[in-house]
Amino acid sequence: MNPETQETTGHGDISVGVAGAGASGDGSASATRITPGNALRPEDIALEVRTGLARPTEDVAEYALRLGDDALILAQRLGHWISRAPELEEDVALGNIALDQLGHARSFLSYAGGAWDKSEDDLAYFRREHEFRSAHLFEQPNGDFAVTIARQFVVSYYQFELYRRLTESTDATIAAIAAKAVKEVDYHRDHSAQWVLRLAGGTDESRRRMINGFKLIWPYVGELFVDDALTTRLAEAGAAVEPSSLKADFDRLTGEVLKEAGLEVPDVPAAPGGGRRGQHSEHLGYILAEMQVLAREHPGASW
Amino acid sequence: MAAQNLQSVPDQPAAPQEANAGQGQGQLEADGQAYFDRVMADDSRIEPKDWMPAAYRKTLLRQISQHAHSEIIGMQPEANWISRAPSLKRKAILMAKVQDEAGHGLYLYSAAETLGQSRDQMMDDLIAGKARYSSIFNYPALTWADMGAIGWLVDGAAICNQVPLCRASYGPYGRAMVRICKEESFHQRQGFEILLELSNGTPAQKQMAQDAVNRWYAPALMMFGPPDDDSPNSKQSMAWNIKRFSNDELRSRFVGMMVEQVRVLGLTLPDSEVRFNEDTRKWEHGPLDWNEFKEVLAGRGPCNSQRLERRRQAHDDGAWVREAAASYAAKQVNKQKEYAA
Repeated sequence: MNPETQETTGHGDISVGVAGAGASGDGSASATRITPGNALRPEDIALEVRTGLARPTEDVAEYALRLGDDALILAQRLGHWISRAPELEEDVALGNIALDQLGHARSFLSYAGGAWDKSEDDLAYFRREHEFRSAHLFEQPNGDFAVTIARQFVVSYYQFELYRRLTESTDATIAAIAAKAVKEVDYHRDHSAQWVLRLAGGTDESRRRMINGFKLIWPYVGELFVDDALTTRLAEAGAAVEPSSLKADFDRLTGEVLKEAGLEVPDVPAAPGGGRRGQHSEHLGYILAEMQVLAREHPGASW
Repeated sequence: MAAQNLQSVPDQPAAPQEANAGQGQGQLEADGQAYFDRVMADDSRIEPKDWMPAAYRKTLLRQISQHAHSEIIGMQPEANWISRAPSLKRKAILMAKVQDEAGHGLYLYSAAETLGQSRDQMMDDLIAGKARYSSIFNYPALTWADMGAIGWLVDGAAICNQVPLCRASYGPYGRAMVRICKEESFHQRQGFEILLELSNGTPAQKQMAQDAVNRWYAPALMMFGPPDDDSPNSKQSMAWNIKRFSNDELRSRFVGMMVEQVRVLGLTLPDSEVRFNEDTRKWEHGPLDWNEFKEVLAGRGPCNSQRLERRRQAHDDGAWVREAAASYAAKQVNKQKEYAA
């Protein structure tokens, strides 16, 4: 990667998520309009589900729940950085990534809920800990900025490979959500890869912290690529892909960045995970307690 | 740049820094002042490279940097509710809003930098407690309804203040305000919508909304600054075409807008003395506690210390990251030099 080209062709205007939008001088471009053009919105999916135009099979719903929960828990984590980031540009960038993840979560959860007559909010706010399907990686604490970047680096390379393939899903809604998400996650890759290079190649302290960040995060990488009966059935039907099939591309592409940064893949034992079966890290309970508290104080209320 | 903006104005003088190259300092000042006065009289714009009186520069630098600091500190009360937003849609909107505020801070720091002070210096002044920001952000955001009241009342008051600033005589400030005002009007609408939903919700939700409006109303009115007879800087700012309307004028307009909107919300303003004065054709409101305003301004508000400490902490915790980025950038430049050599 040539850092100079990275700078000029990088994320474009991260506030609107469109390459080149910043240079276009569009004074009406707003960070609040993260959906470029007529792209798919969570509300569109909810409407399709309500009117019976789209309805996931039980298997697809269970799968969408996994992807939605991953994105939701990560958005909840990243949202904490807003007003606390190392520089204002990162308040904006991490906030933008959190917003993208939240958008993906809302789409996947709106769709999943179609199988059980539940809304995105029913699923986000009124499920209990063991009913969540997020992988442990997404639940890991923010730590310092290097830990957050290490987690984001792994997530964005994993999600890019996943969504890229899911654009071919035989389930039209999964394919449509993935088609929108993959473009956004591509920027997340760019953002995290640049920070990995900067932190690894910056000062002694930043290098030490970057190495430590990867050490803390890497035990939870393995869980992302574990197949199970659900993914096997969905892969056979062409609706999803086996997680293990993403591993080679993930290893190759993350390996290239790590090599350029002069870093080794951390030699740490893998944790067993279990999030897909509802067995979570100790962290999830606190995340949900905070996220759900107000909605649960007013059951049945609309906001 | 000013000359370009003035193209439609006949026989305008050339921008003095070009016209007077090589002349004496005194003459330069005199020509500069003449040019500046002409720009003011024509209600046109001063640009960064134009000559400007030192006091004008100082006033603008103070105002724009305070405005930038307000955006940055103002992120905190709302960020306080991102993790607990009661629906995913509200969470997304709130995140986007707080993110917008960081963006506003960035434009404004950039505008202030054109006057000759670095963002680092401004940030250091903020953290050292030497710079001010809007007192409103020293009040706590206690319930979800505060997200509505802040959007509706605080952003509403900010818009009343800021729309006229789009015509401020200093070009970079006016242009930054155009974009900021567009986003602020979205912010106000989302605040109104939050309150409307709560007001039409359960009795507990409606009570939450009324309580928030009760707490934010007076502080929002005080955002326009002290009464005109106690606002010594206003006159000069108006002469310089930075400020277009007096504090009391803007406050009165704001009250008029709120009176209409609060009816639609099905809530009430905590002020029994609001009335339209047929003689002056202006809206009037009950007395405000200017002593409280001065106390909060002097650092004795509910959250002054908390807000500043949070900013200081983020700044300190991020120091190693900024150093790493600077060091990496310097190394890349060196590498390219070696490569080119």
